Amino acid sequence: MTTATAPGRSTLPYVVLGAIALTIAWGLYASGLATDILRYQKDIVYLSKQHLVLVAVSGSLAIAFGIALGIWLSRPWMARWSDGIIQAVNMVTSIPTLGKLALMMSLLGIGALPAIVGLWIATLLPIIRNTYEGIRAVPAHVVDAARGMGMSGGGILRRVELPNAMFVIFAGVRTAMAVNVGTAPIAFLIGGGGLGELIFTGIDLQEHGMMLAGAIPTALIAVAVDFLFGQAQYWLVPRGVNPLRNF
Amino acid sequence: MIRLQGLSRSYATPRGTITAVDDVTLEVADGETCVLLGPSGCGKTTTLRMINRLVLPTSGKIFIAGRDTDGIDPVELRRGIGYVIQQIGLFPNMTVAENIGVVPRLLGWNAAKSRRRAEELLALLALEPAQFLDRFPNELSGGQAQRIGVARALAVDPPVLLMDEPFAALDPINREVIQDEFLRMQQSLRKTILFVSHDIDEAVKMADRIAIFRAGKLAQFGPPDELLAHPADEFVASFVGRDRTLKRLRLIRVREVMGPIDGDNASGPSVSAEDDLRRVVTLFLEHGVETIRCIDGAGRAIGQVSRAAVAARLGSEIVR
Repeated sequence: MTTATAPGRSTLPYVVLGAIALTIAWGLYASGLATDILRYQKDIVYLSKQHLVLVAVSGSLAIAFGIALGIWLSRPWMARWSDGIIQAVNMVTSIPTLGKLALMMSLLGIGALPAIVGLWIATLLPIIRNTYEGIRAVPAHVVDAARGMGMSGGGILRRVELPNAMFVIFAGVRTAMAVNVGTAPIAFLIGGGGLGELIFTGIDLQEHGMMLAGAIPTALIAVAVDFLFGQAQYWLVPRGVNPLRNF
Repeated sequence: MIRLQGLSRSYATPRGTITAVDDVTLEVADGETCVLLGPSGCGKTTTLRMINRLVLPTSGKIFIAGRDTDGIDPVELRRGIGYVIQQIGLFPNMTVAENIGVVPRLLGWNAAKSRRRAEELLALLALEPAQFLDRFPNELSGGQAQRIGVARALAVDPPVLLMDEPFAALDPINREVIQDEFLRMQQSLRKTILFVSHDIDEAVKMADRIAIFRAGKLAQFGPPDELLAHPADEFVASFVGRDRTLKRLRLIRVREVMGPIDGDNASGPSVSAEDDLRRVVTLFLEHGVETIRCIDGAGRAIGQVSRAAVAARLGSEIVR
């Protein structure tokens, strides 16, 4: 094992990000906005928790269901239907997320539940698609060799298909989680709570401090989530099939 | 022993039934290499894949060591048969050691034992274990990867190996080297091997027996020398090529045509008793001589080969 962080070329983004963050922090402090923002400290803590619950619940459900459905679609006995289903998935993906949330509100009313379901659907689709495509991209002769050596169907899935599709699956999960975190503030509009409350209210009242009290934690959560899944992708995908770890 | 009995496989297509393999019967003795040879689409690969039940026969039986393979669970059956394919099919997510350890692990070996076995096999295939065990397939050259493919098939020392054009993707130089290594290994391992190839030279080199396929049917089945000397029909004759006599030279050793020393030829070129006739004929042509001395390891003349003896051997009936 080398150092805990990603290799040289991927530390640069974090240095740049840190520099930008410092500049913004200094700007906020100098302009006096920092005190405005800190007035909302209690709201920030409370709403951040709510926000994280939205992201965590919808995100983890989407990962679990998305991977399971992707695997199911990739099975040989689904071959006849899977292409059609994936096309339907692509069509649903193209509905704007705000539209999905609005649909959920009309179906499930207002509150956290429609927000979580809406986020879940938006997050689910890229994961299904990438799991399916990732497994399908495993070369046929690799699977043939596995069968010829006497691996069972389940063994081939666990030890050959999934590990080799893992990088693509993770790419889907990262995209999906970026969508999820990016959409979570909108959940406020259908009564889902979260940091969107500070952002949208701040915009309506033209209170820059309030708006930033919502926007800055939202941005930090987005960066943290992407970092987390980036690290997971780096370390959990086997080295032989991980383009990030070759060379 | 492997016995195929009336083996057929047909596929229903929109344009009618296609018979890929048509009533093939043949027998491969223990420790023998049988090459299934033919142009593409002749049914040789389908035949091979029926033996480990990756393809199910439409009719006919396959017996391995006297057991009808119909009665064996396909997964169990495959674990007892080594399988090597042209694209190798190493698992990219596993190291070399893990790739070789796949079947041992399926059979419940512990990690230390399967790693020791992997080391042993790498050494057998002329790859330095310390250097290769922990590499991933994308860090191997084509020749190295194919050697690992062979090692993986030998992991649990199965008595039977199925090889589907294993060396076809390698460059000619590498192919020669790995074929020679494989032949040397086979001399001590004595596996029963079914080997698919479309290359007559490879078949002549590797096979104890060759089965030539044409449109799913067995066109001829016999030792390489017999196929080359007496092709059963036009198809076999054209497949083995017009230079079949030249190809036979590889199959005949000097000791088979060597006669007693006649007269005094202490100088000039010499061969050893184990050389094949390609070397002898080359020397005939290069030096324009009628006879060539045959010497033993110490350089003593033990006999001679004459042009007449070579011609007689090529024209004679086949010695089985």
